[in-house]
Amino acid sequence: MSANASVRPRVAVHKFSSCDGCQLAFLNLGEDLLTLASRVDLVHFAEAGPLDADAEVDVAFVEGSVSTPEDLERIQRIRARSRVLVAIGACAVSGGIQGLRNGADSASWVARIYDHPEAIASLEHSTPIATHVAVDFELWGCPVTGTQVLGVVNALLLGVSPRDNADKVCTECKRQGYPCVLVARGIPCMGPVTRAGCGALCPGLGRDCYGCFGPAESANTDALSAQFARLGLDTQAIARRFQSINSQAPMFRQAADKARAAGNE
Amino acid sequence: MSESRNVSIRVPVLARVEGEGALDLVIEQGDIKELRLRIFEPPRFFEKFLEGRHYAEVPDFVARICGICPVAYQVTAAQALETLFEIDIGPWARAMRRVFYCGEWIQSHSLHIHLLAAPDFFGCGNAIELAQIAPEEVRRGLRLQALGNELMELFGARSVHPVGVRVGGFHAAPPPERIHAMREKLAAALPEAEALVRWTAGIALPPDAQEFVSVALRHPVDYAIEHGEIAASDGLLIEAAAYPEHFVEHHEPHSTALFSSYQGRPYLVGPLARLNLNRDRLPDDVQALLAETGFALPSGNVFQSMLARAVEILLALREALRLLADYHAPASPWVDATPRAGVAVGGTEAPRGLLWHRYEIDTDGLVRNARIVPPTAQNQARIEADLRLSLLNFGLDHADDALRLHCEKVIRNYDPCISCATHFLRLNVSR
Repeated sequence: MSANASVRPRVAVHKFSSCDGCQLAFLNLGEDLLTLASRVDLVHFAEAGPLDADAEVDVAFVEGSVSTPEDLERIQRIRARSRVLVAIGACAVSGGIQGLRNGADSASWVARIYDHPEAIASLEHSTPIATHVAVDFELWGCPVTGTQVLGVVNALLLGVSPRDNADKVCTECKRQGYPCVLVARGIPCMGPVTRAGCGALCPGLGRDCYGCFGPAESANTDALSAQFARLGLDTQAIARRFQSINSQAPMFRQAADKARAAGNE
Repeated sequence: MSESRNVSIRVPVLARVEGEGALDLVIEQGDIKELRLRIFEPPRFFEKFLEGRHYAEVPDFVARICGICPVAYQVTAAQALETLFEIDIGPWARAMRRVFYCGEWIQSHSLHIHLLAAPDFFGCGNAIELAQIAPEEVRRGLRLQALGNELMELFGARSVHPVGVRVGGFHAAPPPERIHAMREKLAAALPEAEALVRWTAGIALPPDAQEFVSVALRHPVDYAIEHGEIAASDGLLIEAAAYPEHFVEHHEPHSTALFSSYQGRPYLVGPLARLNLNRDRLPDDVQALLAETGFALPSGNVFQSMLARAVEILLALREALRLLADYHAPASPWVDATPRAGVAVGGTEAPRGLLWHRYEIDTDGLVRNARIVPPTAQNQARIEADLRLSLLNFGLDHADDALRLHCEKVIRNYDPCISCATHFLRLNVSR
């Protein structure tokens, strides 16, 4: 029983500066990918084949951060043609790992790297999609999971608002019954300030969470920084904990700045 | 059609490749005037922001260079650092790194064959259309891709940016019961992979023999995946540390990726280059299967890359099965690392070809300098050379659409990972 193509929701997947890993949330769906393609009309998804970047769509998934002058204009076009815009993954919601260049003199990097720096169009900052256009829904994670993206698609197919878990990784550890790596083993785990959604994969392997799902709601970074210091991390090491995959998320950026400022006192 | 026809083909966004690239082709007076694989994926400056990071962070950072081949980046970095720190990770971790890597080959190659490359050869625009005319083959491919992902998850908890590798080994060892279940799945997939080899061998390809140098790792015993020396088809055999003495990178204005050359010429890396150099390292029955399908090596027809990927899926399944026999979880999945200052160098065979890393580490274990040469940057010059030769073989008098499709097929043979290719910068060398 296949739905009429004319009434299937039209979906686009766009890519900005990224590793392509969040698009794999679709391409790794297996059989579900074929099911998805029968329920929605995938009008633009370059890596999978369909090309129609300027099509009017019901839902646009946007991977990657804005990092070139051309991106600035492209994201406006996408917004204007999309009923619902969903930013997927750390790059799209916080600027991603390449946001680590923000604050550095990236123009001088370009000059050092490339023989023809004038041919490289790169903005000084790598910024999230919501810096430039209204975003209807953000999915955190580096990478996002198939469950997250299908959750959004299914919610929108049913005409309800998608839900996302903004609680802490700690809650997932407790639910899985994992021993706390921070308390029991003294490992500097980011779980107490990091958003849930991965299923506490890192503590499940007995290692530290490194914050790839970004900041949780109402997390206490001061308390965690103080705990890291008690574990013997110096201020630079504490700053680095917050300055990784989601370094430009305001809560993590402030925690990193605070640690560095403490080190300079 | 007239010989003097002028053609200008611009493909502003290449579909079914990883990352953002475009193609410009201009034909004037029956001659190729301009032919460029334009890579405009913005640079992400990984090597710069690795500076000042702690060595233990490197595997989680470099994974983010590529969502499709993060294992290649993690394992290459970890091994380079372990060599510098003079750590012996032991037989268990060495074997499991190879199994982990096999998972990525299976996943990446299956994705490429079925979702990116094969539709071209059946007149389809994408895998969804291909699934209408070859439903069993596409579903088989998606199953193999899923199995590769599962093998990566066994050691890394997830397949995109897995979290299991650390310098010194793995963070955790999978319990034996999960390994037993995986072995059953791998064994069940062997006939599927053999059928995949036969299917890809049966796909009619353009005859397109070209001359080029193949470059890949070569190991005294194993089919090179995560270890071996750097070999070239002209007889070169060097340690990873000697790579910069033989291979040179330069920048062209139309690309954010750097071009590589060997002795001033383009060269091929990737599955076909590996098979060209290492066919004698394949198990006897896999070699027999190649003979049965008529796949003659060495091959100068890069269209056979899809078949080479299918062969490597079969090989990777067999290697994983072999290495997971008699599995016992170790006392500790890692050995402790003590950083030492110096230069860490290493190379492995990413799904798309040779991946080379170099890190300068200081006495505190912090990265002072990083350089990473990904496979697609190495293939970039070869892709342009191939396009030129292949178009002339194909004939410039074809209709524009046929020319464009032919070019896209040529480019997809290399499975270019443009996201990977542009994250790199050249080391400023003055000597």
